[in-house]
Amino acid sequence: MIATPESNPTTDARTLFSVISASSVGTLIEWYDFYIFGSLAAILSTQFFPKDNPTAALLSTLATFAAGFIVRPFGALVFGRLGDLVGRKYTFMVTLVLMGGSTFLIGLIPGYATIGFWAPLLVLLLRLVQGLALGGEYGGAATYVAEHAPDHRRGFFTSFIQTTATLGLFVSLGVIVLTRETVGVDAFSSWGWRVPFLLSAFLVAISIYIRLKMSESPLFQKIKSEGKISKNPLAESFGKKDNLKMVLLALFGATAGQGVIWYTGQFYALSFIQKTCNIEFVQSNYIVAIALLIATPFFIIFGGLSDRIGRKGIMLAGMLLGVLTYRPIYQKMYELSDLKTKQELVDQTKVDPITTTQENGDQLITITTTRAYTDGTTVKEVEKKTVPAVALQEAPNPEVTKSVTLSGSNYWLMVLLILVQVLYVTMVYGPIAAFLVELFPTRIRYTSMSLPYHIGNGIFGGLTPFLATALVETARKANEAAEKAGQAPVIKQAYLEGLWYPIIIAGVCFVIGVLYLNNKAYTRADD
Amino acid sequence: MNTIKKYLGIVWIALGLYVGYAGMIDSIEKIGSGKLEDQVFGYVVLLVLVPIIVGGLVLFGKYALQGEFNRDK
Repeated sequence: MIATPESNPTTDARTLFSVISASSVGTLIEWYDFYIFGSLAAILSTQFFPKDNPTAALLSTLATFAAGFIVRPFGALVFGRLGDLVGRKYTFMVTLVLMGGSTFLIGLIPGYATIGFWAPLLVLLLRLVQGLALGGEYGGAATYVAEHAPDHRRGFFTSFIQTTATLGLFVSLGVIVLTRETVGVDAFSSWGWRVPFLLSAFLVAISIYIRLKMSESPLFQKIKSEGKISKNPLAESFGKKDNLKMVLLALFGATAGQGVIWYTGQFYALSFIQKTCNIEFVQSNYIVAIALLIATPFFIIFGGLSDRIGRKGIMLAGMLLGVLTYRPIYQKMYELSDLKTKQELVDQTKVDPITTTQENGDQLITITTTRAYTDGTTVKEVEKKTVPAVALQEAPNPEVTKSVTLSGSNYWLMVLLILVQVLYVTMVYGPIAAFLVELFPTRIRYTSMSLPYHIGNGIFGGLTPFLATALVETARKANEAAEKAGQAPVIKQAYLEGLWYPIIIAGVCFVIGVLYLNNKAYTRADD
Repeated sequence: MNTIKKYLGIVWIALGLYVGYAGMIDSIEKIGSGKLEDQVFGYVVLLVLVPIIVGGLVLFGKYALQGEFNRDK
């Protein structure tokens, strides 16, 4: 299948940067659209998915799993096929319109209180459309840029597309924070949350305008003019052994490992410092945001470097570093917030109890305790106890929340530990678009590269936080059972157990990659 | 190297089958937990993740055994 290098029809530098800008802006907007749903999940659940309604709760869970992970590979198949049949430019224009349209419509749906069951159902359907569109967008943008780029700089030029996922997260958080600050917290919870969704229409309109001016990929135009377009890209991609084996190699030798490293560094790390280390919500977001900002240029650095030393070495080094260092890194993150190892300044402890009477006559006692430690760490503990009005009635268990605020060197050390993980992300993710593009021939490239990417990133990667949490839960249950039986804990560091999932997947992927991948850029197949 | 790559195919097939077995046991436990979120998660693992890993690794192992990933191919 591998044949002579197919030289890329020349694209001048100015056109190339227009291509990169048009593709990157669109992809960034798609990620923005995709993330605002997740970032506003708490508000959306009160508007559309009331917890006391089991059907709405089921739809909410399906919206989380189905659209975020499962639907994306289907989008890759549907739009990948379209992109190989009618062209890259028009296909990723369609994905952009679908994504922007569905995001805009989510912002218009009346709440559960107004239209009842229809509200969560419509949100779920639109969220599925979002997932499908995202599945089609990335492969199109990466293919489009790669097919314009000169062979020896493909890694550098496609790496701009690779920054969009991180930047999309920034833009979404920025728009949400700005809207909340402008309209106020109450108005934001009531109607202001719709603004980021409605804004999508404007952003997508700009992107469509920019993309309409672009011409079709030169390589696609070339095979089209030669009558070499695939008649059935799906059958050719997955029905023929020669190509299917490369799809499997891409999945198990690269994208699955890339996916788990990506989600561990950017999402599980945030979840770990918020839920396990109890780092205060705003501070935890700042820590991750600073690390992401510092690391973002490295997508381009590693993408460019892969043009010189090959894609394989950089991607596999990122996976290996994750495998070897995740446990010590997370152990250190845990220790930074572990109050047992800190010395408390007892004279600075403040206790502030407030008692309020609720409508049913019950008394709600809120005790806020603030503690300070010698290393500058402060802890705020809020305990809420309900005293029933009727003396014989059983009081519910007190609700306790704890938030740790780091300061000084501990704060910056935490930033550094997250930064290291995001650097691994840039190593595995920076060169991967060029790697995937070079693995498949032009006639079926969109279809063939999109599927392993979205299975690796969406399914293997997307399930990381859930599988990791499940592993931690299992370890905790085992320890609790041992404790009840009067035995020592079975697993000493239960909080680190979740890391086995990314470590094992990245480890297997590393071994397969080392043995089976070629470090040289694959020559494009002769169409 | 070609021989190592070829015979490691057995390892990938065995790994796929083991993951399939372990994944099924774990996800069935989740499905039976009674908690909605765990149940959906269990179904996702059982019906999406496990088939991809089992099918993919077994097929990958089979191709490796057939020498499809040899340098001369």
